[in-house]
Amino acid sequence: MAELHVALEVNGEHREVDVEPRTLLVTMLREDLELTGTHVGCDTSQCGACTVHVDGRAVKSCTVLAAQADGTSVTTIEGLGQVGSLHPIQQAFWDKHGLQCGFCTPGMIMAAADLVARNPDPSEAEIRHAIAGNICRCTGYHNIVAAVREAAAVMRGAAASA
Amino acid sequence: MATDVLGAPVKRVEDPRFISGKGRYLDDIKLPGMAHLAILRSPYAHANIRSIDTSAAKAAPGVVAVITGADIPYNPLPMAWPAGGASGIQNNVNTPRALATDSVKWTGEGVAAVVAETAAQAVDALELIQVEWEPLPAVTDAEKALADGAPQLHENAPNNRVFDWQVGDRAATDAAFAGAEVVVSQRLVNHRLIPNPMEVRGDIGWYNPGTDEYTIWMSSQTPHIQRLLLAAFVMGVPEQKIRCISPDVGGAFGSKIYCYADMALSLFASRLVGGRPVKWVETRRESFGSTIHGRDHITYVDVAATRQGEVKGLRVRTLANLGGRLSTIGPGIPTTLYGRILSGPYKIPAVHCEVTGVYTNTTFVDAYRGAGRPEATYVVERAMDLVADELGIDPAEVRRRNFLPPDAFPYDNPSGLLTAVNGSKLYIDSGNYEPAMDKALAMAGYADMAARKAEARARGKLLGVGLSTYIEVCGVAPSKWIGAVGEGWGAAMWESSNIKVHLTGKVVVTMGTQPQGQGHETTFAQIVSHELGVPMEDIVVQHSDTQGTPFGYGSYGSRTSNVGTGAAVKAAAKIRDKARRYAAHMLEANVDDIEVEGAEYRVKGSPDKKKTLQEIAFALDLAFDTPPGMEPYLDETAYHDTDNCTFPFGTHIAVVEVDEETGNTELVRYVAVDDVGKKINPMIVDGQLHGGIAQGVGQALWEEAVYDDDGQLLSGSLLDYALPRAEWLPSFELDETVTPSPVNPLGVKGVGEAGCIASTAAVANAVNDALSPLGIRHLDMPFTAQKVWSAIQSAKGGQA
Repeated sequence: MAELHVALEVNGEHREVDVEPRTLLVTMLREDLELTGTHVGCDTSQCGACTVHVDGRAVKSCTVLAAQADGTSVTTIEGLGQVGSLHPIQQAFWDKHGLQCGFCTPGMIMAAADLVARNPDPSEAEIRHAIAGNICRCTGYHNIVAAVREAAAVMRGAAASA
Repeated sequence: MATDVLGAPVKRVEDPRFISGKGRYLDDIKLPGMAHLAILRSPYAHANIRSIDTSAAKAAPGVVAVITGADIPYNPLPMAWPAGGASGIQNNVNTPRALATDSVKWTGEGVAAVVAETAAQAVDALELIQVEWEPLPAVTDAEKALADGAPQLHENAPNNRVFDWQVGDRAATDAAFAGAEVVVSQRLVNHRLIPNPMEVRGDIGWYNPGTDEYTIWMSSQTPHIQRLLLAAFVMGVPEQKIRCISPDVGGAFGSKIYCYADMALSLFASRLVGGRPVKWVETRRESFGSTIHGRDHITYVDVAATRQGEVKGLRVRTLANLGGRLSTIGPGIPTTLYGRILSGPYKIPAVHCEVTGVYTNTTFVDAYRGAGRPEATYVVERAMDLVADELGIDPAEVRRRNFLPPDAFPYDNPSGLLTAVNGSKLYIDSGNYEPAMDKALAMAGYADMAARKAEARARGKLLGVGLSTYIEVCGVAPSKWIGAVGEGWGAAMWESSNIKVHLTGKVVVTMGTQPQGQGHETTFAQIVSHELGVPMEDIVVQHSDTQGTPFGYGSYGSRTSNVGTGAAVKAAAKIRDKARRYAAHMLEANVDDIEVEGAEYRVKGSPDKKKTLQEIAFALDLAFDTPPGMEPYLDETAYHDTDNCTFPFGTHIAVVEVDEETGNTELVRYVAVDDVGKKINPMIVDGQLHGGIAQGVGQALWEEAVYDDDGQLLSGSLLDYALPRAEWLPSFELDETVTPSPVNPLGVKGVGEAGCIASTAAVANAVNDALSPLGIRHLDMPFTAQKVWSAIQSAKGGQA
């Protein structure tokens, strides 16, 4: 099968990859770029474990062909923040016990980061709506909601003091 | 001295890797030369395999090998827990093979496999395998499968019966009913669920021809058990030649306890292709047929009571649908783990339970979070509400009149529910049920419910409130109770822990338990920090690899908190004991004069004469100066077999609003007061409860495995099987009472399944309460809008 050439920015770095046309963005991220923080939890675009940011918006990377990401800027969980420089959403998930097995967590954090970027002070209902496309089987969402509220407050505080 | 962290809400040490994308789950592992395996699965629920033509697939691009069942010399998978254990009742056992050979018994059973260079090539080649099928009639419902003329699945199981099992006192129960003032009866369906941890299952099998050793990475709750089962029962390979590794496990909920066909298949495939590692990861849709399901009971319950609501007898008859073949411990779940706790927290003098296990053309059924206990809780908690409804007594009051009193413990059930077939007994270790219920009632504003129902009705909503005053059983059971002469699981149930204090004073703890999100690396570090006085940051907890951890039975049945902590506490005590003896040598004192506080070992009366654990470890690990008879190094292993289970309890209250117009049910409040004894980490305890509650609510309101009459799984993807979403749930209101368990050395009980055991019944009682003004006495779960709307329509039609 003829391969396609995809050039894009991933976590701030320019990357070029040759992929089969049918390759999903999530497969390219995990297999070709070895960014395994983005997970595959289903095959029907229901679970959201594969959520990344494409040009600043949360996208389920199993619903996008790698070829469609050509020319875009992709951020994965690895690019959002690392230990020592965690994003406030990552920090709040840790502080509020917003994860257990951790499998849905990267996608959940990326979805939450997208929400808080668009809505700096989300209500509980708005948070629950925003992450309704991300399934967590461990937490019952209780502490995830608490973590997102906490992170939003921290980010508002940081914005106010900036 | 280190701050005592036992009981503190310590942030998890696991989390930095998970929140930054640095976890290492099975599918994240890439090995040099790794090939990929895909499995062709049966499209029929019941069929004979006439022939399999693999020639086209073998010629497909990238294909390394094509495998059918006839190629694989291994035995069928083991079934390790027959119903009835040593009582010797007949179990008609049929288990899967690595790949089916002659026939398939459910849609999704594996029949052939492809090994290819890439995962995509393996899947592509599956489509080229030609199977000549002989479709057979199928049956998916347990009652229909037992009926005359039903399709027969196995020659050795007439009428599709796996077993007939019973527990309790039949004569006493018959007598209770003979003299009963009131008898309430109901048929209850506890429908089939699909566990769906967010990480699906997978394996990487690797055979090394140079060493003749097999290594398998598996997403499993039980790596040590799998090594044992694969060696002793399936592959015929010596146990020391197999190594099992569970990397980070992305949730399990029981579904990753078992010995699965793909484990043997991936190891066989690696050997077949000359020792290349072979990875198989199920797709989510594949998982719906290849990983176990849970629950699926049809139960007939009769309750004998006085007019004052005192329950005098409980008679239960259950059909347990176990699927097309048996999973590893399938028969044990609806028997031992179900029938033996049917009396819940209540003083019910006479109980009798009969269970029939049934084969159907469905995916195999085994333990799913709670495993028998949610099913039992559902029966007894619905029964309490039906008694309350019949007698016009408040459901909380009925429960109050039947609770075991706080002086009843240790409690030996008079019907022998907790007595194993060899006479070995369990006791309900502790309990104090009314304070938990009273606290929950106050939190929920239970006294004001009538006014709130009226207010809701004015808005077109039927408000319902439901109680579940559950008990949980943690630990599975002591080995002697459940073992070969007892309840029949062919394994012990102790747990193990090794602690090493290295020369630098740093502590390495290895456990036989196996986390799947519970935070063991944090909680065991808290325990060892507490026991040894070493700060948590100087302790690492390791697990999950049969090479380097002591044999352990893994994590399920809420057993780690009870049994695993016992092992860690004992290992720490051995470390302290040896350190104390060596401190006496260093300080030239009598060992009896050495007192220990935290990490300090001091001579009584001479507080300046002291050594820290770190100093002791340094000297003893160097061993330049050891007393006669003392071995170098601080390195101790302990094995702990609990004397009894622990029995957490509590009261959960669900408040629902049913839309009278649409039938939609909304969970508007959820209150839970749980008593899990002493908490190692209250933050983690709350998290376990939250998740368990959501899973149980999911069963009550949305989740259901649905088969059509041909055995096709209609709810066979996440588009069709409704897992709980954030938007559908409220935040939960939690509180506690604390009754420490006398069984566990720390007073802890366990919490992994409590939420799930309690919440299904609470929500079911709430919905039935909401519908009761329409004259609806009982509706089975799940309370989908369609089902509730239909019930409302027929109730109203009946009134008209």
